[in-house]
Amino acid sequence: MTDLETFASETRSWLEENCPPEMRKPSKGDDELCWGGRKFEFQSDAQKQWLEVMAERGWTVPDWPAEYGGGGLSRKEAKVLKREMARLGCRAPLSSFGIWMLGPALLQFGSEEQKRRFLPEIARGEIRWCQGYSEPGSGSDLVSLQTFGEDKGDHYLVNGSKIWTSYADKADWIFCLVRTNKEDKYRGISFMLYDMESEGVSTKPIQLISGASPFCETFFDDVKVPKEYEGGVSSVVGEVNRGWDVAKYLLGHEREMISGMGGDGGTASLGAGFKHVMESESVLRGQMALFDVDSLAFRSHAERFMDEWKSGKAHPAYSNLMKYQGTELNKRRFELVMAMGGSDALEWESEASKGGSKARSWLRTKGNSIEGGTSEVMLNVVAKRILEMPGG
Amino acid sequence: MAMTLNDDQAMLQDSAREFMKSEAPVKHFREFRDKECKDGFSHGLWKQFAEMGFTGILIPEDDGGLGLGHIEAGIVLEEIGRNLSPSPFLTTSVAAVEALKSADKAMRQKWFPGILAGDSVIGLAIDEGSKHRPANIACKAERSGNGFKLSGKKQFVVQGASSDMLIVAARTAGSTGETEGLTLFAVDKESAGLNIDPVRLVDSAVAAHIELDGVEVTADAVIGEVDEGWSVLAKVLDAGRVGAAAEMVGVGGGAMDMTFDYLKQRKQFGKVIGEFQALQHRAAHLFGEMELARSVVLKAQNFLDDGDERGELYSAAAKAKAGLACNLAVREGLQMHGGIGMTDEYDIGLYMKRDRALNEFFGDAFFHADRVATMNGY
Repeated sequence: MTDLETFASETRSWLEENCPPEMRKPSKGDDELCWGGRKFEFQSDAQKQWLEVMAERGWTVPDWPAEYGGGGLSRKEAKVLKREMARLGCRAPLSSFGIWMLGPALLQFGSEEQKRRFLPEIARGEIRWCQGYSEPGSGSDLVSLQTFGEDKGDHYLVNGSKIWTSYADKADWIFCLVRTNKEDKYRGISFMLYDMESEGVSTKPIQLISGASPFCETFFDDVKVPKEYEGGVSSVVGEVNRGWDVAKYLLGHEREMISGMGGDGGTASLGAGFKHVMESESVLRGQMALFDVDSLAFRSHAERFMDEWKSGKAHPAYSNLMKYQGTELNKRRFELVMAMGGSDALEWESEASKGGSKARSWLRTKGNSIEGGTSEVMLNVVAKRILEMPGG
Repeated sequence: MAMTLNDDQAMLQDSAREFMKSEAPVKHFREFRDKECKDGFSHGLWKQFAEMGFTGILIPEDDGGLGLGHIEAGIVLEEIGRNLSPSPFLTTSVAAVEALKSADKAMRQKWFPGILAGDSVIGLAIDEGSKHRPANIACKAERSGNGFKLSGKKQFVVQGASSDMLIVAARTAGSTGETEGLTLFAVDKESAGLNIDPVRLVDSAVAAHIELDGVEVTADAVIGEVDEGWSVLAKVLDAGRVGAAAEMVGVGGGAMDMTFDYLKQRKQFGKVIGEFQALQHRAAHLFGEMELARSVVLKAQNFLDDGDERGELYSAAAKAKAGLACNLAVREGLQMHGGIGMTDEYDIGLYMKRDRALNEFFGDAFFHADRVATMNGY
């Protein structure tokens, strides 16, 4: 057996032994995920136990270095772990913006002190982060953001507001884009970390068309952000006024993450669950078949993209294409889910419809091609940076 | 299994790219189209393919070939597609080789050397109607003495009139529509009762209508087992489908690159037209579709090479997606070229014709999407 095969078989038996049966069923959406953080209430003992055993091995963040609470796995080992977890149907032990976004940014741009201060507690699920990017006047044109942090010597005095801050009302800390120089559009933004319990921070949930409120408006009214926290930990990631580099890197990472939803040679089909409907709906069956073709293509595509990305062969702007394709495909998926469901899928509150889960999910997907950069912005970037089309 | 090319594959890609560009570019295709050649391809080029080692890519090492896989064959096919290089590579070196791998030693020894040397051409006589329905085979093979007697009609036999041997799918039992009861036969071109009627297609390839009028073959002509032909045919078809899909990645890619170059040169309203966002978004979307096709084709090739059972599903998805993406590439390509795209002098129209033919070959996108649905249980 090769080392990797040994790792795979050991991993499999460890998972079989340690993953509670309740954690081997797919979660039914964001509400059932384990988000961690100071305010988080575990929904079951199994959820808590699963987080603890995985965090102990660093497997909440398998490919982060072990010294920062990660598993220290190689790319191939991490892939094996993912595959073995999928085989058993194991849920992710922890989902968080700290894992997906801040962590990668700190690994890339953070100081040693920042990494040691923040990464282990992200890995253990002890802190929940939210992201402060968009503002009411700065959506697709993010770089025009106005939230301002005035230099007051030992601290910044932050004023302004953010919108579409995911779960800001449930988060402990925020990573926030704050303008620190009004003269320079691109080189006048800093990537700042601060506590959501700081005086002057307030949040207001936004109700979406799906009825859910995963996003907030977040207001900063004379918030004092120290330049340095205890132990010489800077509150700014990377250089002051160079936060746009961090933000761009993270947006790329976010797009990569969204696009990584493909899986490895999977054959799961959306249509398989709707056989009875399609027997009498040949046109719908045809649409579903074409969707399944695209879905298989996208799975392959995501896998190829990850392999190329990690071996340094992918174009740096390629994640924009993946984001466009992944989100558009997901919207198409839910249009078909609704069509298959017929009037059953219209029910908004009934028990049979699980509280309108199909309709709510369908509506939620409409935001996929808006958040994190609209499809149109993605196409602009692909055209200009990958295809090198002319013009400003 | 990695979804990137390894060093050897990248080297093969470089040499295939260089070779097609210098020896068989679109200009070469035009010459053959315009000189009323009966084959539609150059036998000299086929010999050169052999010298490059291309013809033996899928032939096992024990039979004198390179023993490589569908990824490598696909690398060559993509360059064939990109340059519209006319050759019997897909039918002979991919599909027919896949069939012969299931043949007995005598038949392998009879045909593999000729394929390796670039001397032999082999045609596939499967389709009987205008749409690819490989189970709908009425062509009959009746026991006769020590062998069989074949009767029936075939069409869309690409390079049929140029072939030294035809692989004929015929029914030894059961009835039309059933996958059981089929048998594959190697039929020599000189056989009595074999009538071959060549027809030129829209893409200037020469296919044939074939009539088998009591063609006598010996028992040695059977490839695989009598009545069990489907198990071999299914592999031949998957190889052909993934091969055709790889060629379409090349055809669509060639059309797309040509179109993007044009967008960067053509000026209207005082601007290079590639500056217009209306065109940029369509270009970016097209690029994405071609990339999806490339990925699913590579995945299918990987599965076929590994003998993974998912190869069948992914082959269908690959042929469907490559067909749809390549078709988008030639349609967008022609439209974005404007009036000049309608002229015979300009190459984009040639890509459109090739796409049409390749989309039909081994089943179109709708046929394969339907198969995906069926395999997925609905």
